[in-house]
Amino acid sequence: MAKILIIGEHDGKTLNPSTHKCVTCAKGIPDAAISVLLLGADTAVVAAQAAAIQGVTEVVRVDRPENAHPLAATFAPQVAAVASGYTHLFGPSTSFGKDLTPRVAALLGVPQVSDLMAVEGAHRFRRPIYAGNAIVTVDADPARLLVATVRVASFEAAPIGGSATIVSRSLDLALPTHTRYVGAHSGSTDRPDLQTAKRVVSGGRALASAENFKILFALADKIGAAVGASRAAVDAGYAPNELQVGQTGKIIAPEVYMAFGISGAIQHLTGIKDARTIVAVNKDPEAPIFEVADLGLVADLFQVVPEMTRLLGG
Amino acid sequence: MKKIMVCIKRVVDYNVRVRVKPDESGVMLEGVKMSVNPFDEIALEEALRIKERGTNAEVVAVSIGVADTQQQLRTALAMGADRAILVQTDHPVEPLTAAQTLLAVAKKESPDLILLGKQAIDDDANQTAQMLAALWDRPQATYVSKLAVDGAKATATREVDAGLETIEIDLPAVVSVDLRLNEPRYVKLPDIMKAKKKPLDVIGLDSLGVAASTWLKPVKTVAPPQRQKGIMVKDVTELVDVLKNKGLL
Repeated sequence: MAKILIIGEHDGKTLNPSTHKCVTCAKGIPDAAISVLLLGADTAVVAAQAAAIQGVTEVVRVDRPENAHPLAATFAPQVAAVASGYTHLFGPSTSFGKDLTPRVAALLGVPQVSDLMAVEGAHRFRRPIYAGNAIVTVDADPARLLVATVRVASFEAAPIGGSATIVSRSLDLALPTHTRYVGAHSGSTDRPDLQTAKRVVSGGRALASAENFKILFALADKIGAAVGASRAAVDAGYAPNELQVGQTGKIIAPEVYMAFGISGAIQHLTGIKDARTIVAVNKDPEAPIFEVADLGLVADLFQVVPEMTRLLGG
Repeated sequence: MKKIMVCIKRVVDYNVRVRVKPDESGVMLEGVKMSVNPFDEIALEEALRIKERGTNAEVVAVSIGVADTQQQLRTALAMGADRAILVQTDHPVEPLTAAQTLLAVAKKESPDLILLGKQAIDDDANQTAQMLAALWDRPQATYVSKLAVDGAKATATREVDAGLETIEIDLPAVVSVDLRLNEPRYVKLPDIMKAKKKPLDVIGLDSLGVAASTWLKPVKTVAPPQRQKGIMVKDVTELVDVLKNKGLL
């Protein structure tokens, strides 16, 4: 029987949907008991949320003041300590999980499988390589603890309705102090989260300025969409880094992705290929984005975006 | 800051469109242009800037791979690294093996800072920096877009899902770099000539006491499913109508 431990992601108030998606991935492994591990200063609220995910049998809380901010250096030894006794350890392939999980794997002396996109068996998985231009199936050693990150865009969130047991663990571990949290800055607003939004409106270098990005925000607000950006637009300073979509930005799977003035470099397409419907608006009829778009319109985005916003008004 | 170690990976060039082999045993690498992993180039540029800012730190470029990886290390030397070390092996090197190997080199070299790319653009694993930091029992700062070294400490700004996060780390430490940290310099012809005279040591993986383990066995490699080309609409009104009819707006 598989015993799977999922590293839960949260901000102390809300459990990140990446955790629900890891649970769905874990459910793909036959005959699995699924636990969620939460580290924080006070995880009472998020533990209750994790316990309500269908399929989770146990929630493990490790509360201590040093866990107020998720630093890989302090989290990793604690996760490694809890992970012994499990057959699988999953973290989300978010910036939190990608930072932490390999550090845990190395402490445990085991390899990691990054970005699981499909489960074919307890130790056989598919994952993308070369910016998604190839998909490799890998076998991991069943005699070792299997450590992996889960490509969250490949899985639906597990539904609510369960009632898992919540246990608190205190770990007798001295934690390193060589890594210290200083602060955080977010350029975003209270718009829907890019990684979980059903609709995404995204802009490229053709927007030409941060000021011009406002027309995308207006459209996004009209239809309740999140806003994304290409690497070129972020590099140029038109949009903050957390909006970047692509191989090195966020990998997303919304119901509809609308790309305005994005040419469609392969590194960008790898971030959107799981979108159910891709809409492309570009002045250049030869733009590669049209090769993958379900709906294309050759036009000037500066006319299209305000017109769409107007048509959708009222 | 006396010494900075920069880890370099030889990968298929950024501009090559990779294709899988018909027998599904991997991707086609024969005759394909190979380059320094672009993220590692950014790491090297940062090391050179720290050196040029007055620390005068020695910059040591380290790679693991086949004999031809010397080409990428020569590129690193031409960019400005002082010397290079190739840990030569013909085996595929997985991130854990890479981290164990780099740890062995770090123990010999005792650098104050190890810089490397946040991921390699071939396997996209995004593991080596974190694993190296764990094995070395030192701080890690991943996805760094701004780095300020100050004596025995460094302040790193990290690109995370929510925006930017700043952490302070004690040195020595491992830093994995993101795209916006800097823009790597171009190599000039005289630098390429000069690089030929710089030291490049080649050592065997076995000499470091590291075994090239195959931890994960590839079963098959296939092309991703292709999206079908869709339809073109003539104007905004039609676009909105289609989206509404599909229930997407």
